[in-house]
Amino acid sequence: MKVFRIIGRSIRDSFKSIGRNFSLSFASIMCTTITLILVSVAIICAANIENATKLIEDELSIVIYLDSGLSEEKINNIKMDINSQSNVSECIFKSKDEWKLEMKDFSTTYGTILDYLDNNPLLDSFQVKVYDIEDIHKTAEYIKSIEGVKEVKYGEGMVETVVSTFDVVEKIVIVVVVALILVTAFLISNTIKLTIINRRNEIEIMRLVGASNTFIKLPFVIEGFIIGIIGSIIPICITIYGYVILFTKMGGELFTNLIILIKPYNFVFYVSLILVIIGALVGMFGSLKAVRKHLKI
Amino acid sequence: MSFIELKNVSKVYKNGVTALADMSVEIEKGEFVFVIGLTASGKSTFIKMLYREEKPTQGNVLVGGLNVGKIRNGKVYKLRRKIGIVFQDFKLLPKLTVYENVAFALECVGMKEKEIRPKVLDALNRVGLKEKVRCFPNELSGGEQQRVCIARAIVNEPKLLICDEPTGNLDPETSQEIMKVIDGINKDLKTTIIMATHDKDIVNRMKKRVLVIDHGILVGDYAKGRYKSHESI
Repeated sequence: MKVFRIIGRSIRDSFKSIGRNFSLSFASIMCTTITLILVSVAIICAANIENATKLIEDELSIVIYLDSGLSEEKINNIKMDINSQSNVSECIFKSKDEWKLEMKDFSTTYGTILDYLDNNPLLDSFQVKVYDIEDIHKTAEYIKSIEGVKEVKYGEGMVETVVSTFDVVEKIVIVVVVALILVTAFLISNTIKLTIINRRNEIEIMRLVGASNTFIKLPFVIEGFIIGIIGSIIPICITIYGYVILFTKMGGELFTNLIILIKPYNFVFYVSLILVIIGALVGMFGSLKAVRKHLKI
Repeated sequence: MSFIELKNVSKVYKNGVTALADMSVEIEKGEFVFVIGLTASGKSTFIKMLYREEKPTQGNVLVGGLNVGKIRNGKVYKLRRKIGIVFQDFKLLPKLTVYENVAFALECVGMKEKEIRPKVLDALNRVGLKEKVRCFPNELSGGEQQRVCIARAIVNEPKLLICDEPTGNLDPETSQEIMKVIDGINKDLKTTIIMATHDKDIVNRMKKRVLVIDHGILVGDYAKGRYKSHESI
């Protein structure tokens, strides 16, 4: 019960303090708001890039054409060899006859030409999917060296460029987010510092009449927490409405069908949750920093 | 074992100033002791050590059997709850009423509102301020403000009341009234009182035990009523 009383009093004091130093608290709240809006944009970008990369990776496969006239045993050996690679997740055989049927379905012209020929000129093939796109080049090179493999195709060059560009963008986004979070923590810490200076007499008396350190610190930590939470309200609204509108207006794609946007529900709620958590933690961390430095208890 | 014991206590500040040198003294429960000395003689350091605002560089300070110098920072509040402190500058919160200022000391230790009220009114009654519970500090005279400070110090029923020049800012007449209140607390509640002061008249009139500190050294320890006015403070 005593704990609840102390927490209750701390919450009451925190709100009082925010009211008393309203202009300062307002500045901190606004700063948190701006930061969290940017953080939200960054998270949405990063998640969508991640999603697009994953989609590309899922779509991507290595196509292997085999020499013509290989025996079934030889083909099985090649399959085993490919599967022995740790980066290979799936290896599907497609015979030249299956290719022929597929090409016929695709175009009657191709069908007529292929029917005209006595022998099927197409080649047996494997379609290989990999776990790690960054090692696709190595895997392809290995497969190329297997005896009986005529050609290996996987959209080399372009894929790596797209993936590595996405990777760089993602890293930049993370750095920006971390920097913004640190700046906000610093500003909140400054707000709390001024609150502490404003209340130094009260704190001194608290210490002298035997208030525990937790009792003294708690209102400040809660104040930081509240500033963080209030600061996250507007970014959350912007995230939810903004992303839904963006998704609808863009038809689920960002400029090109290469980047498919993540569906808004439940994505926006996860992002909102992250924003509240970041807001609260940054607020608390900022105020703890100030409390440790200026209370010296 | 005495209630307060200082055993070979020395205090040297970081800037090299020796505030106390090898001081040993014992104070019994319920005693009223004046600590006198010139400015910068070390009496404030002595007082501050009792409530662990300062730590001794050497020696032990025992209050109620507790080695004060050994208490960790995070646990100092436990000691302070057993001690009441009265300051020269009152240290009242200007935005709180008389009642709230006194209640503040109990709120800080997490006491229930129901328990706080009778204790605060009782403490204010003892210092003669029951009629002024709703006043703010700036509406009170210096003497009245000091009484509020005393009420706040005794509301938690401490075993030890430390007064750091409580009459320093008051005229002689008001000082006498304050001393009456403090003496009453000593007699009625059997609270041990240690009071640092510059005021010769008070020390002479009260006829209590007197410790004289000079340049950090305890130069005199006069039993009750033995101190004479012609001796320097």
